Amino acid sequence: MLKKVHFGSSVLPFLLVTPQIIVTLVFFIWPAGQALYQSLLVQDAFGLKTEFVWFDNFKALFQSAQYWDTFERTVVFSSAVAVISMSFALMLAVMADRIIKGSGVYRTLLIWPYAVAPVTAGALWVFMFNPTLGILTYALSVLGYDWNHNINGGQAMALVVMASAWKQIAYNFLFFLAGLQSIPKSLIEAAAIDGAGPSRRFWDIIFPLLSPTTFFLLVVNIVYAFFETFGIIHVVTAGGPASATTILVYKVFNDGFVGLDLGGSAAQSVILMIIVISLTVIQFKYVEKKVSY
Amino acid sequence: MIENRPLLTLFSHLVLILGIAIVALPIWITFVAATHDVLRMTQVPLPLMPGSHFFENLDLALNKGLSGGNGQGVARMMFNSLVMAMMISVGKISISLLSAFAIVYFRFRFRMMFFWMIFITLMLPVEVRILPTYEVVANLGMLDTYWGLSIPLIASATATFMFRQVFLTIPDELLEAARVDGAGPMRFFWDILIPMSRTNIAALFVILFIYGWNQYLWPLLITSDNHMYTVVMGIKQMLESAEASPEWNVIMMTALLAMVPPVCVVIFMQNLFVKGLTETEK
Repeated sequence: MLKKVHFGSSVLPFLLVTPQIIVTLVFFIWPAGQALYQSLLVQDAFGLKTEFVWFDNFKALFQSAQYWDTFERTVVFSSAVAVISMSFALMLAVMADRIIKGSGVYRTLLIWPYAVAPVTAGALWVFMFNPTLGILTYALSVLGYDWNHNINGGQAMALVVMASAWKQIAYNFLFFLAGLQSIPKSLIEAAAIDGAGPSRRFWDIIFPLLSPTTFFLLVVNIVYAFFETFGIIHVVTAGGPASATTILVYKVFNDGFVGLDLGGSAAQSVILMIIVISLTVIQFKYVEKKVSY
Repeated sequence: MIENRPLLTLFSHLVLILGIAIVALPIWITFVAATHDVLRMTQVPLPLMPGSHFFENLDLALNKGLSGGNGQGVARMMFNSLVMAMMISVGKISISLLSAFAIVYFRFRFRMMFFWMIFITLMLPVEVRILPTYEVVANLGMLDTYWGLSIPLIASATATFMFRQVFLTIPDELLEAARVDGAGPMRFFWDILIPMSRTNIAALFVILFIYGWNQYLWPLLITSDNHMYTVVMGIKQMLESAEASPEWNVIMMTALLAMVPPVCVVIFMQNLFVKGLTETEK
């Protein structure tokens, strides 16, 4: 942590940490504290009266069937995004790892979606699936399938899942490729000499040895799907139709800024904070330990 | 290569090419849409091959925007996005370098308390503390300013941790030698630490630039003056008016413009990008 050789105490170190501490206090710790406090308050519709109600906001949330629905939807959404994006990326990474010539070109062509903003990604997908004009809508109608995500909740969910998974492929691909390249070649050679074919080698040696990377990516993808997909959903479906694509983060925004239910929205923020903290702790614990065999 | 299986290698190439085709499809369709005129973009089925109106659309998007809009093109929005992205990345890097330097190289009171305060920010994404942060910024009178757009996103534990990691690998002998030569702490920081962490700074810059450029929810909340809008927000607004006037050629050109700077950064600084991505996640 601290260098063995270091400078003695003076005013200087305090001056050095001051900028970061001020920003942290003003824009992180104070607002987070406010969110905690507000989650215990109820404000009337005109914002004239505020009442301290202890944990009533949380009770109301946990008793609301709508909130549990949103919770369930978020879990379905983030698992779908994580599984689709990770399996697609793993397949591509395994192929790219096999290839010696031209793997750099493939890497370049696969990583740039990382740089596309969620909102932009949403715009591209909503354009391709536009109910009246979209190219893929047209292709589907030729095949005899009607697509209109403005009416059909299942299709709306599928669309936001596709757009979110698409954007995350690049990230997963890079980490899987790095993981694959760090597996000692001698293990795979030994298996090959023993007569194991490529698919047997993958499932019995490579996949288990890749588990630390897989686990790390699983946590990262879930955090991504929970929080960073807000822009995609806002652009593609705005949480609709009939809140079929309203996930937890979207509900915080919707209840707070559109519905002006400050206490309820703050209580939801607090629950989200608890989820992030648990995910971060899990990640640190396991990544430090490096799940190994 | 462990064994030579030409068929399997061919298969791998095919899978990769197919994968790239799937990943690139949305971009290709966007590009095609940005090269046709308005009329063509209302006829089903839409084209799959580029047309000849690319520069016309570029001019429209940059300088005029949608025909029903306020006549303001996205040039100004691009500039705002650039300023915001630069302020966020330079700001984050500077304050993190300083705090990591203090935490690694000085023994002082409350050192661990400061460390934990910074660590905690790792767990509070903007999305979960958005309402109260908005109030703070409003009270400070920073709505509709570049400061308001960037400063609340500046504090970052990841950058501080990364620099801490880098500093810990720098040999102690360097500090001893610098001291023997009579260098003070700040001299040591400028002349030894900063030059030694140059590539890490560059790698982090690449990641932070993309992060800053792509911000959406925060700028959406704190800007109401259309001179302060960012290009990512512009896309959303255009999509909203697309119901009434579907000028997809201009909308998709705007999407393309919003993508170009961060995508170029990733492609042209690929090695720094990969380094930055893997190191901030450690």
